[in-house]
Amino acid sequence: MIDQDVLERVLSGATATGADFAEVYAEDKRSTSAGLDDGRIEQVTSGRDQGAGIRVIADETTGFAYTSDLSEAGLAAAAAAAATAAKQGGGGVKTVGLKLSEQHRPNTIVHNPDSIAKARKVELLNRMNDAARSYGPEIVQVSAGYGDSTKRVIVANSDGVFADDEIIRTLLRINAVATADGGMQTGYQSMGHTVGFEIFDTVDVEELAREAARQAVTKLAARPAPSGEMPVVIKHGTGGVLFHEACGHGLEADHIQKGASVYAGKVGKQVANPLVTLVDDGTMPGEWGTLGIDDEGQRTQRNVLIEDGILTDYMWDFLRSRKDGRPQSGNGRRQSYQHLPMVRMTNTFVMNGPDDPDDVIASTPNGVYVAKLGGGSVNTASGDFVFGMTEAYLIENGTITEPLRDGNLIGNGPKVLQDIDMLANDFSMGSPGTCGKDGQGVPVGDGQPTLRVKALTVGGTAA
Amino acid sequence: MSINDTTAELQALADRVVEQAGSGEQIEAFVSRGGETEVRVYEGEVEHFVSAQAEGIGIRVVKNGRTGFAYAGTLDESAVHDVLGEARDNVEFGTIDEWAGLAKPDGVAPTEQALWNDALANFATDRKIDLAKELERLASGVDPRVRVDDANYADAWGEAAVASTAGIRQSGRENGCYVSVSTLADEGEGDDAETQTGFGFSVGKSPDEFDLDRAAQEASDRATRLLGAVKPASKRVTVVLDPFVTAQFLGVISSTLNGEAVVKGRSLFADRLGDQVASAGVTLVDDPTNPKAYTSTDVDGEGLAARRNVLIEGGVLKRFVHNSYSARRAETVSTGNATRGGFAGTPGVGCLALSLEPGVRSQAEIVAGIEDGLLVQQMQGLHSGVNPISGDFSTGAAGLLIVNGEVGAPVREFTIASTLQRMLLDIVEVGGDIEWLPMSAAGMSLVISDITMSGN
Repeated sequence: MIDQDVLERVLSGATATGADFAEVYAEDKRSTSAGLDDGRIEQVTSGRDQGAGIRVIADETTGFAYTSDLSEAGLAAAAAAAATAAKQGGGGVKTVGLKLSEQHRPNTIVHNPDSIAKARKVELLNRMNDAARSYGPEIVQVSAGYGDSTKRVIVANSDGVFADDEIIRTLLRINAVATADGGMQTGYQSMGHTVGFEIFDTVDVEELAREAARQAVTKLAARPAPSGEMPVVIKHGTGGVLFHEACGHGLEADHIQKGASVYAGKVGKQVANPLVTLVDDGTMPGEWGTLGIDDEGQRTQRNVLIEDGILTDYMWDFLRSRKDGRPQSGNGRRQSYQHLPMVRMTNTFVMNGPDDPDDVIASTPNGVYVAKLGGGSVNTASGDFVFGMTEAYLIENGTITEPLRDGNLIGNGPKVLQDIDMLANDFSMGSPGTCGKDGQGVPVGDGQPTLRVKALTVGGTAA
Repeated sequence: MSINDTTAELQALADRVVEQAGSGEQIEAFVSRGGETEVRVYEGEVEHFVSAQAEGIGIRVVKNGRTGFAYAGTLDESAVHDVLGEARDNVEFGTIDEWAGLAKPDGVAPTEQALWNDALANFATDRKIDLAKELERLASGVDPRVRVDDANYADAWGEAAVASTAGIRQSGRENGCYVSVSTLADEGEGDDAETQTGFGFSVGKSPDEFDLDRAAQEASDRATRLLGAVKPASKRVTVVLDPFVTAQFLGVISSTLNGEAVVKGRSLFADRLGDQVASAGVTLVDDPTNPKAYTSTDVDGEGLAARRNVLIEGGVLKRFVHNSYSARRAETVSTGNATRGGFAGTPGVGCLALSLEPGVRSQAEIVAGIEDGLLVQQMQGLHSGVNPISGDFSTGAAGLLIVNGEVGAPVREFTIASTLQRMLLDIVEVGGDIEWLPMSAAGMSLVISDITMSGN
């Protein structure tokens, strides 16, 4: 994409105003997507995004500029703009010597999606449409989407870091609408992996579609969700978003350093029930949040954040580690070359506990069983967070009974972590997610075994 | 519409693409370029300063009822050539759709708008930094319990041109700016320590329209007013939504009035034109020609004139919003509501500048008449707890209890729930305190009865 000697000259030039640090992040991304709605393939889209973001840091001030022009002249112009935007520093021009790091590729790619005919991609959507519609006469509408992308990335900085990565993604999603006298209901399923088209040798796309249809049809008979505090059991592989919101964001070092997190100053302290061990791991093969390097050129790794309920560490990027004088953790990420990196999660999950999943339900006299969660959000300073339930049931006398209509659950992160009183041994990863922070979206994964929170507020309308 | 040389270049590029259409081929080219400056200040120093610009092209090709699309984030001549080739290739994989096609000029003249401000375009960098620093200083000074998480100045400009074989040819440019500040308010020590957050902002066509004092005051008030908040008991209440919350609520309602959702059977109001869907005092208008709207515009995403559309009048459902595709399917005409996120996407449908027709009373007057209620100042999780297809509505909330006509104790960590269908019918009053916010809807106080509040 860009030659090493060009990068060295651009980085050296970027420090001409005396900056401490300069960095080039360049990407070349090709994508294909296809959308089906109302029985038709509406459109296939091809996309090309290419450019570089240049960051120059002097003292505490970061200057940033980006360009879609990857020629030496284009890069030099962006570097000059970034250097002007940073403060004038006291250092001299840096001579930058780069040595390419050994490649880190957690994923094995068999069939790059670019090598697959578009007709085969479109066929997946037609198969899903047929499968969802044949689930039952209640299914009145189906939309489905396919997407793949190949992103090549280079990161080089004035400290000599020089690394590259190639990230391949494949994604499918389906939305089904069912109707009956009581109105319309929806079902949604998705799957996304950082692997090639070979994923469809093992994923049953018809089953994914039927699952979305089943969810919509099931909810036609749903009653309003209850209102108030009660025990909530969350099915394995669907509730990782709970930890993403309840504590993940609060463990990002940028929030910690600004005193904007309820977890600031809590390392070494008991922040969760001793059952809970929470990990963020950017190296899990094939998962949606997996990367070889983070977007600052740092090799991704497995970071244990909470161990047996004790807070062990936060997540770190370049700026925040520099300030605290400690190593980075491979959590510096950005949406694209047009964005500054910041501390972000990768694949965040809770490890298995001791309980049998059936026992978790059987030992809950009354409460709510959540079979599928939607999105969520958190206020890291107060710890209050919400997340949506898109498939849920009542638990009565230790048994799952009636389906419930959609609603939000609300809780406070530190309290909910302490209130997790049962954790099963059926861990699985969940659906692909997009995490939003400060206007940037990045792909993340999450996972968890079946678990129980002894008290969460369910936001329904029924008494 | 103001045309300058660079905008004219974009139009010429779009024209050149469209000229390459073969027989039986419809082509639309959308070309845009934009730039931004963003300054973030923390503790009196610039934390980051972003200055950049980007450009790109999206090309849509329709042939024999099939549609294909491609885009690239560059205007490089060879890339543009590749994009056209890819879009043509993609046509082959679309399903034949009798309604597929591009917008045709409909003779409606765009309303002139002052979307470009030279003073902003020439505004000095140093002064942008000063504004962010000044806002940080003001927000820190309102209340000793308040500190600033970050203070920001941002501006952006964009120019775009669209051309098509159907005869659409439009170009224009616009710019705008805002300042914003995020605050933290702390109270208590040790295990009782509590932090709440707030924000304030001010938007303008140029920086001289900013009201920094008000932004600072609001950011401070929003953070401090929730200190000491407790989780309330569950009950049914009448709620008063703050203007900002009302604007978010209208954003949710707008997706049920979307013509694309209607023709594809995804709107709960699909068969309800002419029915009473809201209480009699509710008139809902989408009017991007109103220059007071933050999202005011002269043309929509397909290059048709933006226009005023009355969607609900006296509670009766009058109209859905359409782009040219959804309009053809619904056997009506486009209402000028094509939306386009940029060169990387094809036009969708959406409301552009929604507002309820305001009432007369202030929030204080409204609250004085409520015996037992809740003033909602924040909603959390609108994207996760609201299903605009089924109508189920449930969000996290924070605010102040209303007791005997006065606002009282702050409350948080609870949800409010109902259904969209019921909430529209349960609207008791629309406040007179209309405020145009930096989103595609205006806000005002809104009173809705019979909401379930879930807490302890």
